[in-house]
Amino acid sequence: MLFQTYAPRVKSYMMRQGADPNTAEELAQETLLTVWRKAELYSGDKGSATTWIFTIARNLRIDRLRREVAWQPLPDDIEEEASADPAPDEIVSEHERRDRVQAVLAELPADQAEVVTLAYVEGLSHSEIAARLGLPLGTVKSRMRLAYQKIRGELEVLNR
Amino acid sequence: MTTITHHPDISTLMCCAAGSQPEAFAAVVASHLALCPACREEVRHMQEIGVALFDKLEPVPVSCQPPVVAMRAAEADIGSLQADREAIADICKTGVPMPLAKHVGCCLHDVPWQTVAPGIATYTIPLSRGCYGTLKLVMVQPGIALPLHGHTGAELTLVLTGSYTDEIGTFRAGDVADLDEEVTHRPVACPQNGCVCLTASACEAPFEGKKPD
Repeated sequence: MLFQTYAPRVKSYMMRQGADPNTAEELAQETLLTVWRKAELYSGDKGSATTWIFTIARNLRIDRLRREVAWQPLPDDIEEEASADPAPDEIVSEHERRDRVQAVLAELPADQAEVVTLAYVEGLSHSEIAARLGLPLGTVKSRMRLAYQKIRGELEVLNR
Repeated sequence: MTTITHHPDISTLMCCAAGSQPEAFAAVVASHLALCPACREEVRHMQEIGVALFDKLEPVPVSCQPPVVAMRAAEADIGSLQADREAIADICKTGVPMPLAKHVGCCLHDVPWQTVAPGIATYTIPLSRGCYGTLKLVMVQPGIALPLHGHTGAELTLVLTGSYTDEIGTFRAGDVADLDEEVTHRPVACPQNGCVCLTASACEAPFEGKKPD
């Protein structure tokens, strides 16, 4: 069931983002509750549940953990944008794409993988990453760009 | 719509996908995304990075049970969620990106502008408590030049109407200038139409350097 599969991972994500265990657990519950509420809007053939749940958790974190206005909630309704551009998802399954992204991430030079993880998993901004690692801002940004170019290249190969 | 030629840096879009941007910068990127299909596409790929990392996280055991009762109650609510579907790529009919219009309204003329120099007016958009940096609308009358200035931190600017030209190039509606602190420039507003921009600037921290005004 969705809850047993994903709640522990959402809790883990929230804790990495700086939540204490209790708050992380509440946010995991709330994430799965949102999934439940929106289940009728979601058709399972496009996009995986993981994408959906990650996106809801990411949006919820900005709203609750940072208590900020989520100016940019990512669309957790993947279908909308996917149908505007039919190419990627139809040619290769989302699962396969994720495997490839994970493979590229695993092969990234350590310094690039580090900044990507700090941004996505620890939720740090560029300047916070620069301060944490004692690096110039420009170095942080160029490492992120290099990492993305590799991943983007891999996804493009998949789409061919 | 005119073609967008200046986009946010790749690393800026990645931070958006990760949800790790300071609020002021997220506001500018959100407004740009509403206008720019190409960057929306990039952010979609960047979202896949987040999903891949999320998928590999070490699960932490959850002690609570699934909130079944709350879930059942939520089912009654489903109708109200339809509006969420249009969250992105929305522009109101005056051309103001919807994420921004939600905060300042659809008509930029109605914003409570404050004149800060001849031909230059600004409006500071309030941010959530504790956020660092500032978010401002800036309106520059036709042909007016801003004083030559550097930046104490990163600065992200989206042109909403008109255009401006500086040492880097000409920025038109929808374009973004993603500037590091080392950039010094002297923007001049379009002689015909002037320029209205949305600008996020960083300070080091709320307790250091210049206080957000």
